[in-house]
Amino acid sequence: MQRAGPPVLECTALRKRFGDLLAVDGVGFTIAGGETYGLLGPNGAGKTTTISMVCGLLERDGGTVTVAGRPMTTRSVEAKAAIGYIPQELAIYPDLTARENLAFFARLYGLPRAAVSTRVAEVLDVIGLADRAGDRASEFSGGMKRRLNIGIGLLHRPRLLVLDEPTAGVDPQSRNSILGSIEELSDSGMAVLYTTHYMEEAERLCDRVGIIDGGQLKAEGTRRELVALVGETDRVRLSAAGELEAGLAACLVLPSVREASRHDDGLDLLVDGAAAALPGLLAALGAAGVTVRSVDVAEPNLEAVFLHLTGRALRD
Amino acid sequence: MRAALLIAGKDLRERLRDRSAILIAVVVPLALAAIFSLTLHDVTSGSITFEYALADEDAGPVATAFREDVLGELERDGLVDLTVASTAAEARTLAERDAVGAAFVLPAGLSAAVASGRPATLSVIGSADAPIAAQVAGSIADGFVAELNAVRLAVATAIASDGGVTDRAALAAAAAATPRPIEIRDVSVERRELDTETFYAAGMAVFFLFFTVQFGITSLLDERRDGTLWRLVAAPIARSSILGGKLLTSFALGLASMVVLVVTTSLTLGAEWGDPAGVALVLLAGVLAATGVMALIATIAKTAEQAGYAQAVAALTLGLLGGAFFPVARVGGAIATLSLLTPHAWFLRGLGELAGGDGPWAVLPAVGAMLAFAAVTGGVALLRLGRMVEP
Ligand SMILES: Nc1ncnc2c1ncn2[C@@H]1O[C@H](COP(=O)(O)OP(=O)(O)OP(=O)(O)O)[C@@H](O)[C@H]1O
Ligand SMILES: [Mg+2]
Repeated sequence: MQRAGPPVLECTALRKRFGDLLAVDGVGFTIAGGETYGLLGPNGAGKTTTISMVCGLLERDGGTVTVAGRPMTTRSVEAKAAIGYIPQELAIYPDLTARENLAFFARLYGLPRAAVSTRVAEVLDVIGLADRAGDRASEFSGGMKRRLNIGIGLLHRPRLLVLDEPTAGVDPQSRNSILGSIEELSDSGMAVLYTTHYMEEAERLCDRVGIIDGGQLKAEGTRRELVALVGETDRVRLSAAGELEAGLAACLVLPSVREASRHDDGLDLLVDGAAAALPGLLAALGAAGVTVRSVDVAEPNLEAVFLHLTGRALRD
Repeated sequence: MRAALLIAGKDLRERLRDRSAILIAVVVPLALAAIFSLTLHDVTSGSITFEYALADEDAGPVATAFREDVLGELERDGLVDLTVASTAAEARTLAERDAVGAAFVLPAGLSAAVASGRPATLSVIGSADAPIAAQVAGSIADGFVAELNAVRLAVATAIASDGGVTDRAALAAAAAATPRPIEIRDVSVERRELDTETFYAAGMAVFFLFFTVQFGITSLLDERRDGTLWRLVAAPIARSSILGGKLLTSFALGLASMVVLVVTTSLTLGAEWGDPAGVALVLLAGVLAATGVMALIATIAKTAEQAGYAQAVAALTLGLLGGAFFPVARVGGAIATLSLLTPHAWFLRGLGELAGGDGPWAVLPAVGAMLAFAAVTGGVALLRLGRMVEP
């Protein structure tokens, strides 16, 4: 994960309005070669809209995008040539074979005819579809379609790979292999922009993460930097029953509790110095009529950061 | 242009994979053209031959006049093929067994009855399976009888005014034999028109052309729905080449289907399309017009399904009005004038000019009209198509 040279992607103050809705509001970040940048945010946060502006699919209402030193517009052929774009929804031709899908896009991205079959064979190897290359995409499993969807973005060895939630709806095994491929590509020096609402993926893959919510970039940095925002605060996950609403209120008045939210069968808390505060916390909950079944104390993670920054859980 | 060709190549490959395009473009029009031209041949063809039987039990001058001057004349024109039956019963049997379209029976004593002014009967027995032939036979007989009555009136007048005439029979026979054959106007020579096989081959070809070309342009809406459009938009190519590729696909599908239909209908149905250069011009202009019209409709629709319905309605309406199923040009009047608002009518008219044996230049007015359709609809479509590639 070596980072070197000038940024491959530089975007500033991106803004996009859909009618009354400001879908993206002042988002800016840079990504260097070999660096993986994650946009982490819940549904509707503005991840896809941001990516659409980065890739020149969507006119911007404001801001700048520069890819490999070239300004991006919806008509900028040169800037687009530097990007490998992998859409959130599957975008493959079901009536064509895997090989035909790849060959078509290879030529569309300007690979010389002679180089196409070699490069297609290489990508088929990378995405593990070499033995199914002659089968129509419509016959593939969901995971295989996802891998083909990703392979199409790799054909022209882009400087910047843009993946919009590539693991959505994928079984754990395929997800693992997809994440592994992205790590390898990043190691080979590619800049990667990755959106997800899975905190685990962002933690595993990304050198830096931007937390996006309501169209705004709430914070940005390495995992360590982001966690430091939460401070000496631990994440306490309580599995509990009883008067959860009353318990929630009781927790929030304790000075050591920074944030608290309910989940299906318990409470999520951010607590300063959890070890010392825990006895008092449990007593307060008991008094409020909450029966605690188990307590899980963890170092803060990106989920905790999100909770800290927005007051909401990443996934409701 | 390179990208447009790539996209068109990809589209064509997809279309050939899913067989519906081939079905609509070639198989269905060919089948319908064959069915129509076989079943409706006698109705619409200018070179009809009706098969009739004649039983002449009279053998008098009136019967001879009917046989020689009326039916004989029609037979020499190739409109009637006459079988002579020896008895009325035999003629009736021929008609009942559908061996002929109708049978004329001239009963014994017909000439004598006509000569003496007594009532006479000329019967026509129609075959149930050939109502048109029977109807025509009825009108031939009616015409002859009207003629006879006119003569009879003239004879009666002659007798009344000049009592010196004694040989009434000879006068009546001479009058009846006056060479005034019944005129049957051949409607088809009035304008230059296609023969049945060519008409239905051309009609079905142009009708289904409008369905065929939609496979190209409408796939833009399919790609939008399937998300592949965003990949094309993200690729380092001009947006215009995405649109160009789709229009190219429409054009290629349309032209290929037309060429296949021209060749197969010529070989199998006996269609005669006429001067090849002229046909090529008409086909090219027709395909461009169809592409333009269907592209315009695609840009108005929101989804591929919506576009499909709207295009089907438009193709059907224009096809019916334009005379793809029925030669409206022959009907004349308002509907014929209205049909000129469709590319179909101009397509058929262009081919009609060629059927007259004229050289390729004869199609130029029709080609011009179709190119005007293409320019107007295609132009508006291009202006609107741009918004189809926006997310
Ligand atoms: N074409 C559009 N027209 C109107 N509103 C839109 C359009 N595209 C997106 N939006 C709105 O903009 C906001 C951001 O949407 P966006 O797709 O960028 O979210 P996201 O972070 O990608 O969410 P998800 O995780 O569900 O993919 C949402 O409220 C969405 O409804
Ligand atoms: Mg999204």
